[in-house]
Amino acid sequence: MNILEVEHLSKDYRGVSALSSVSLTVKKGEFVAIIGRSGAGKSTLLRCINRLVEPSTGRIRVDNIEVTTLRRRGLRSLRTRVGMIFQHSNLVPRLTVIENVLHGRLGFKGAWAGLLGLYSQSEKERALELLVHLGLEGQAHQRCDRLSGGQKQRVGIARALIQDPRIILCDEPIASLDPASSKVIMDELRRICDEQGITIVVNLHQVEVAMKYADRIVGIRAGRVEFDDAPKHLKKKTIAAIYGQNHEDLLVEGVEE
Amino acid sequence: MSPRIRVRRWGADTWALGATLTVLLSVTVAGFFVLSLRGLDLGAAFAKVGHDLGILFLTPGAEHFTLPEMLQGLGFTLALGLLTTVLGALPALVLGLFAARNLGPAWLGWVLRAFVAFVRAVPTVLWVLIFAIGAGLGSVAAVVGMTFHSFGYLLKAFSESFEELDDGTLEALKASGADWLAIVTQAVLPSSLAALTSWTFLRFEINFVTAVAMGAAAGAGGVGFDLFMASGFYFNLHEVGMLTWGILATAVALEWGATRLRDSAGVRS
Amino acid sequence: MTRVGKVFRDRNLLLWGLLGTLLVLVWGSALLTGFDFAEGVASFPRAFAWMGANFLPNERAWNNLPSILNRLGETVVVSVQATVLAAVVSFGLALLGSRTTRPHAVFTPLVRALGSLGRNIPVVAWAMIFLLAFGQTYVTGLLALLLESVGFLTRSFLEITDETAAEPVEGLRATGAPWGTVVSQAVIPTLLPSLTSWMLFMLETNIRSATLVGLLTGTGIGFSFDLYYKSLNYPSAALVTLCIVIVVLALEAVSNALRKVIL
Repeated sequence: MNILEVEHLSKDYRGVSALSSVSLTVKKGEFVAIIGRSGAGKSTLLRCINRLVEPSTGRIRVDNIEVTTLRRRGLRSLRTRVGMIFQHSNLVPRLTVIENVLHGRLGFKGAWAGLLGLYSQSEKERALELLVHLGLEGQAHQRCDRLSGGQKQRVGIARALIQDPRIILCDEPIASLDPASSKVIMDELRRICDEQGITIVVNLHQVEVAMKYADRIVGIRAGRVEFDDAPKHLKKKTIAAIYGQNHEDLLVEGVEE
Repeated sequence: MSPRIRVRRWGADTWALGATLTVLLSVTVAGFFVLSLRGLDLGAAFAKVGHDLGILFLTPGAEHFTLPEMLQGLGFTLALGLLTTVLGALPALVLGLFAARNLGPAWLGWVLRAFVAFVRAVPTVLWVLIFAIGAGLGSVAAVVGMTFHSFGYLLKAFSESFEELDDGTLEALKASGADWLAIVTQAVLPSSLAALTSWTFLRFEINFVTAVAMGAAAGAGGVGFDLFMASGFYFNLHEVGMLTWGILATAVALEWGATRLRDSAGVRS
Repeated sequence: MTRVGKVFRDRNLLLWGLLGTLLVLVWGSALLTGFDFAEGVASFPRAFAWMGANFLPNERAWNNLPSILNRLGETVVVSVQATVLAAVVSFGLALLGSRTTRPHAVFTPLVRALGSLGRNIPVVAWAMIFLLAFGQTYVTGLLALLLESVGFLTRSFLEITDETAAEPVEGLRATGAPWGTVVSQAVIPTLLPSLTSWMLFMLETNIRSATLVGLLTGTGIGFSFDLYYKSLNYPSAALVTLCIVIVVLALEAVSNALRKVIL
């Protein structure tokens, strides 16, 4: 069953084309990695899916719901079903870890409860559960700006998980992390996909990471899809085409010529 | 029954924040009950001011002066601003070098900073009026009086710019045997030039507005004085409007220039 | 001349050229305003000598202290009111105008224009305009300071909303939270310390401006100074000045300490 269908998606910024007729299908429970250079359009693509960026033309269907025509309430409802994690975690820095996790529930609340930040006991318990699972129990009442990059990203993951999402979009989640923290995050994302059946779409710029974790890799160059297949079919030539470099210059291991 | 789960935290920072906001808010609200309106009809006054502002902005015009005369007044005020900026910048440049923590003795920096704090605590208009006692109400008192804050502001800005010079550069120069004066003229000044110019222009913008104020409040002349006369003497709203537009246009132009300079110099203000 | 020599020569020419222009401007300004450098320089020692002898509070001056403190209190209260009200208005304007939270792009230039209007019309101009409608009451000064403060704070608030609030807002929008909730749960918690810091800074500025405004509009501590100055009661004027200095320095010290803890 397809959880995400992108058809001929294009995005223009004042005459500059960020995405050109991108088409993509993601099945439920898949782990998809999107690779490409900075500025190739990966972030724009991801943000069009939950309309943080408005598409110019094209259609997007999430869980069989047409995203491009949704109005305010429908759009918010869609976003509760789509989790998202960001390169800089995008947490509220001065609030506690547990409050940031609970923010994932705000999309489900009525106007007043959301405005005043009122959470139910069961929501708070669920938040704590997630923190325990992610190894952040001791930091539950810490200010988020006191955490390390890897810890912040785990809070971001908890915030996405508390939404009980069908799919989680990840915009370069490990780009600012050291290798050890990166492994923790990617392992967790893979685990979420395997054990809970949540579809994962990750933007990465490290090809080896994509090769290691993804069921499928999509390569984007200058707003166009250059490659869309299983990792074992990815050749060095293709990587060179995606990154626009002589393939001898690339530091990529374990990929055929 | 499961225990209550805490969501928010209270630390020194949140207490301080809460206390500050509570005090400010309380004073604000209490003030409206304590301060006296002295029999003013608030509704009528607001209606009048709305009407006044309409006349002011939409129908400017002049009776007691001509457009060239107004431009001359603006020029006069700009000239006052220029003079006080230069008079403030020159000593600020020299003393700023001494006040910089990486260039001068620590005690001297501290003394200068304390002096500046005191000087800036006296409002500019009072400085001008104090000097006017001896020099009379006019451009001398205005320029000299305004120079106090001009100097203080620029001393702080310049010394901080000098402090931003890379420590490594200084060390290398000292190690190669360069004396203090050489270091200053060949390394410190050239690398801070963009920032210094930017700060000076920023102060010029402030000094123009201050000069308008001194014209109105301390008899310094220029367009500020014209404004004072138009509103307090002739009660001519059209004139007030015309003068306001002139001042606004000049201030906006100066602000635009200062922002452009600041952005190209990469200075945080 | 070598190429290196040319670079130095061009640079020096530029510097001398700029210096020359500046000199001409300064000399022209002095002519235009009738500013006599010699007299200016001479006035310094003369003024300080005079101040040492005459500009000190005497016994009669101290008798005026109660009424001075009364007026000082009024000035401080009005400054606080202007600052707080301006902060509220400016925050609302910043929400409307910042590309992070604006309902529509058209608001941004409007908000910037309003800010520019408040900032670039000098507070004295506003004061004299409001004097015509509100007379010698505290409202005149309050409104003048309010508009000036809105001008400054709007610009600063816009900047921090654009930059600091952008990432938390995006994070919360992605969860499906509506606009009001995003503001209360992301924008305000992120920005409140900076907003408060700016408020304290604005308060310091306003107390200084309030003296000037009071002078022109016959209210507050400015009125006290004017009263004694015009009646040549310099010792009392000196006492007023002293009181102002103490308040300003105290506020600066408290404000700096608070900012360290809050931020």
